[in-house]
Amino acid sequence: MTDTSLTPWKVETRTKASAISAIVAALLVLFAFAAPLFASRSVLQDLFFILTMLVLAQNWNLLAGYAGLVSVGQQAFVGFGAYAMFALVILAGLDPLAAIVLAGIASALLAVPTAFFLFRLQGAYFAIGSWVIAEVVRLALAQWKTLGGGTGTSLPREATRDMPALKFIGDLFGVKSSGAGDILTYWLTLLLAIATIFLVYRLLRSKQGLGLAAVRDNQEAARSVGVDARRMKTLVYLAAAFGTGLCGALIYVQKARISPDAAFSVVDWTAYVIFIVVIGGIGTIEGPIVGVIVFYLLQTLLADYGSWYLLILGLVGIATMLFAPRGLWGLFADRTGIQLFPVRRRLTGGPLSSTRKGGPHG
Amino acid sequence: MTSALDTIIQGILLGGLYALFAAGLSLVFGIMRLVNLAHGDLIVLAAFLILVLVTALGLNPFVAALVAMPLMFAAGWALQYFLLNRTLGADILPPLLVTFGLSIVIQNGLLEGFTADSRRISAGGLESASLALGPVNVGVMPLLTLVSAIAVIIGLNQLFYRTSLGRAFRATSDDPVTAGLMGIRPKRIFATATGIAMVVVTIAALYLGTRANFDPTIGPARLIYAFEAVIIGGLGSLWGTLAGGIVIGIAQTFGAAINPEWQILAGHLAFLLVLLVRPRGLFPRAVD
Amino acid sequence: MALLETTGLTARYGDFQALFGVDIALNQGETIAIIGANGAGKTTLMRSISGVLASEPEAVLFDGEKIGALPAPDIVARGIAMVPEGRKLFASLSVEENLLIGRYGRAVEGHWNLDTVYDLFPILRERRANPGTALSGGQQQMVAIGRALMSNPRVLLCDEISLGLAPVVIRDIYAAFPRIREAGASIVVVEQDIGQALKVADRVYCMMEGRITLTGAPATLTRETIHAAYFGH
Repeated sequence: MTDTSLTPWKVETRTKASAISAIVAALLVLFAFAAPLFASRSVLQDLFFILTMLVLAQNWNLLAGYAGLVSVGQQAFVGFGAYAMFALVILAGLDPLAAIVLAGIASALLAVPTAFFLFRLQGAYFAIGSWVIAEVVRLALAQWKTLGGGTGTSLPREATRDMPALKFIGDLFGVKSSGAGDILTYWLTLLLAIATIFLVYRLLRSKQGLGLAAVRDNQEAARSVGVDARRMKTLVYLAAAFGTGLCGALIYVQKARISPDAAFSVVDWTAYVIFIVVIGGIGTIEGPIVGVIVFYLLQTLLADYGSWYLLILGLVGIATMLFAPRGLWGLFADRTGIQLFPVRRRLTGGPLSSTRKGGPHG
Repeated sequence: MTSALDTIIQGILLGGLYALFAAGLSLVFGIMRLVNLAHGDLIVLAAFLILVLVTALGLNPFVAALVAMPLMFAAGWALQYFLLNRTLGADILPPLLVTFGLSIVIQNGLLEGFTADSRRISAGGLESASLALGPVNVGVMPLLTLVSAIAVIIGLNQLFYRTSLGRAFRATSDDPVTAGLMGIRPKRIFATATGIAMVVVTIAALYLGTRANFDPTIGPARLIYAFEAVIIGGLGSLWGTLAGGIVIGIAQTFGAAINPEWQILAGHLAFLLVLLVRPRGLFPRAVD
Repeated sequence: MALLETTGLTARYGDFQALFGVDIALNQGETIAIIGANGAGKTTLMRSISGVLASEPEAVLFDGEKIGALPAPDIVARGIAMVPEGRKLFASLSVEENLLIGRYGRAVEGHWNLDTVYDLFPILRERRANPGTALSGGQQQMVAIGRALMSNPRVLLCDEISLGLAPVVIRDIYAAFPRIREAGASIVVVEQDIGQALKVADRVYCMMEGRITLTGAPATLTRETIHAAYFGH
């Protein structure tokens, strides 16, 4: 027990490292936004990929790492967001930028009925149930013939080419519309990644966040001090659906071609994401950031080895869960005591873990 | 009328296959509250093992399955003893994430070893043989599947309620520490349970592989059918699991009768419907 | 040489030390009682001997063998059976199955089997098919004792068997003890009921705060010495 346990609702979460990291982060963000000035298109595309995986990972981590909702069906929201965006652009003729935002909202709306079903299932059954939901959404959308049914469809070229935002960027950087598209999607994803981290950080530092951690640690105890576990979990589930759907729409604006199998791929949108979070460190904001970097390096290194790549990723994930359950960032933080985003942590060390901070009566 | 009856009977027979998928999952969950996300991939792994035995040794598939059973038992025993036992505890994350990783590892290992090509285990003349049951024709293989499912459930129930090992399973499930005071070694009991589940998985794999094509990626869908059957039946009841499998099977054959593309979707929707009206399943255990 | 002996036995739960060098000895054919207030370490001592808690190998000797570090299944296989505090019957098992599980995986020879246990506690024969947890507290305690006897132990450890039971029921249960001794078991009883402990035991150990504070035959102990050993001065 740390001495902070005596006044847990006023836990001092700001640390010296976090102050330095705030300055470094601000510089990093500026640098990242300026990247299109000096980075090549392929670098931008790689960064886009990394950032989208980071957003998905932060959302999954919020679910599993903080709310204890282990979902293996988040591809439901990636695919649904992507399909919603395609439908709004192709059928309603909306500007893709507006369609992305609406797609996020559509995903959150989809989460309302799915939460109704899923929250009847506990623990491990929640996990498989979420997978069933994703399958149902995939199979249902594969019946939508206007959007290509099982084979899928493409975004009409003029829809993306004629966006006013692209013209502006194209003029600014002196690039063609395809290059401008990469810059735009990169910026949007960067924005989304920063917003996601910021919002997760705020949520976890808020009173609600403390309640969430209490729920994660001990549902009974949390209820006894007046935290409504179900309401908190539902809230997190809806928020993660929104973020994941938004990200799915963004990914598919860039891909410009969709099919049910790709948009609802459990490997692409959930397995990778789970490994990123587990390897990086579940239950921390830093974990997914570390994880996505490791993931990208592994992918670059092993790209030519096909299924060996996933096999190795799976083994690394298993080994991490068994021998370093708090991931690479957990190992680093334990040795150095550094926290870039000081919030309460999820517990993996059992009831006597030294990182435990007391509840309101602690 | 005949076609509706035919659809129902085909659905019941298909349900037998799903009950076989589910029985192992149900067994393991019942004893150690572990949900193995790699369950479907282990079925596919066993199907490949039978395939190898059939092609390499020229064995009859049923004989090959008999040979595969002790191998799969040993694999399941070792998997539980050395890997999964380490993940058991109050936290649900480790078992879920480790078995999910295992699922990915098995799938990609099989892809490396056998490519993504569709395979089938040839059962010779049995594949096309059928029996006339009144107005409907019933395939011999589907019928054998259902009979096997019923036999497996009877066998597991006998094991559970009539043997010393079954008593140890139930005692360990109730209270592993006190079971230790009786001379029971919970880790070995869990390993034995998973070994037995893998024997059931091998039986499921035999019918999976002889009735239709399979490839390394179809495991997760089998896990989902198995899971749906378990939930529909009510946790902890093997006969309920058979009923659950039959519900999925009938829903799928009716869906397919309307539109072949709706087969799988119809099964999932039946599951969601049951979840809506009977969240604890059709045959929930009185005490949980 | 004692049949069962602890020397310098210590035990801790995390940072909390529960036993500080406990020495007890049980001779063949003897019954000893461990008494002490709540939290004195009696149950921890039982858990250490029975292997639920691991200790240093040489801290527990049974028949001259170092068994301190062995896990529970190895201890019971060597002939030390435990009646755990709170009875801990298996809810999914019937009375008879609860008894049978007591000799799981071993062919044990000796006086005790289903028939002799039913003769010892006839009520259990009537209720053999009931779930163990459907019985009254006293009957559950009989099942727990019978379950331990089924392994034909050389040492029977009884942890707080009178806890929560009516005096008349306690008397019935202790009435079975002479026959258990006759059949060859040496017995350790942990009791909060001092009167009962003094009645049944050849020797008594009193514990306080993880240490043995008093030991002797019941006849040699006075109320005052016990009171002092129990609560300190």
